[in-house]
Amino acid sequence: VSEPVVSGGIVSERARRGTGSALTLSLGVAAFASLAATVALGLGLPRTIEQGDYSKLIAIHPGIAWASYVAFGVTALASALWLWPRTRSLTWDLLAGASAEVGALFTALTLVTGSIWGRPTWGVWWVWDARLTLSALMLALELGYLALRRVPSDAEARGRRSAVAGLLAVTVVPVNHFAVEWWRTLHQGRSLTQVTPNNSLDGQFIFAMTVGFLAMTLVYAWLTAHRLRIARLEEDVVDDDLDSALAARRREAVTA
Amino acid sequence: MSYVYAGYGITLASIGAYAAWVLWRGRALTKDRS
Repeated sequence: VSEPVVSGGIVSERARRGTGSALTLSLGVAAFASLAATVALGLGLPRTIEQGDYSKLIAIHPGIAWASYVAFGVTALASALWLWPRTRSLTWDLLAGASAEVGALFTALTLVTGSIWGRPTWGVWWVWDARLTLSALMLALELGYLALRRVPSDAEARGRRSAVAGLLAVTVVPVNHFAVEWWRTLHQGRSLTQVTPNNSLDGQFIFAMTVGFLAMTLVYAWLTAHRLRIARLEEDVVDDDLDSALAARRREAVTA
Repeated sequence: MSYVYAGYGITLASIGAYAAWVLWRGRALTKDRS
């Protein structure tokens, strides 16, 4: 059942209920526990001959990058569901925005942790190779998308232009993912290829990295659920303010 | 190890700060509504 794009009644009722539930609480506990496990496993990894202690960053960096991809994907999927007339709903528009904001955090962390890993292993904080440049482009696209959402307009116009932008922006993800194979880059190959029987990584590192993937996915989901709740409540406040202003004008008209 | 601690520290601090903000903002908006 589709709901109206702008409906104070329905949105207000949902906002009052909120999204805080046993599910989000369970998600938060799972996210915290898996994040703690990631830190413990990551810092407990042994030194390697090639990178010494720096290989401990494998527990967090690939997982953070993965979460940024997931965020782009969710924004694009929610955008498509908003554009499709039969599934159009304010919720999809708000979810797209919430996911993009959390995604911007993870993309920024991808760049920061990657830079911190690159400095001692490559000798430079930054290099304009394909993977790094495309990751920076992802962050720029997300910030641009979030800026576009803040341009004053009604929910319909915001939803349409945001959805188009969200769908266009996601095209950079597969290009970034395969950039290390399509071009000669300083960055190593795809981390996900290591989570296979034909890997070249020790099992302890693969396990820590896999737990890191899980942890960052859960953290992303938990943060997005709460950010979506805020977006709903903010929409509710705007609707109530508009209702109050209209009621005040009606009272003025009656007394005049 | 300083690079490793910096990577973990910045990650945890950033996620923690954003999580604190969403919880605070959600609570503030809920309080406004009640």
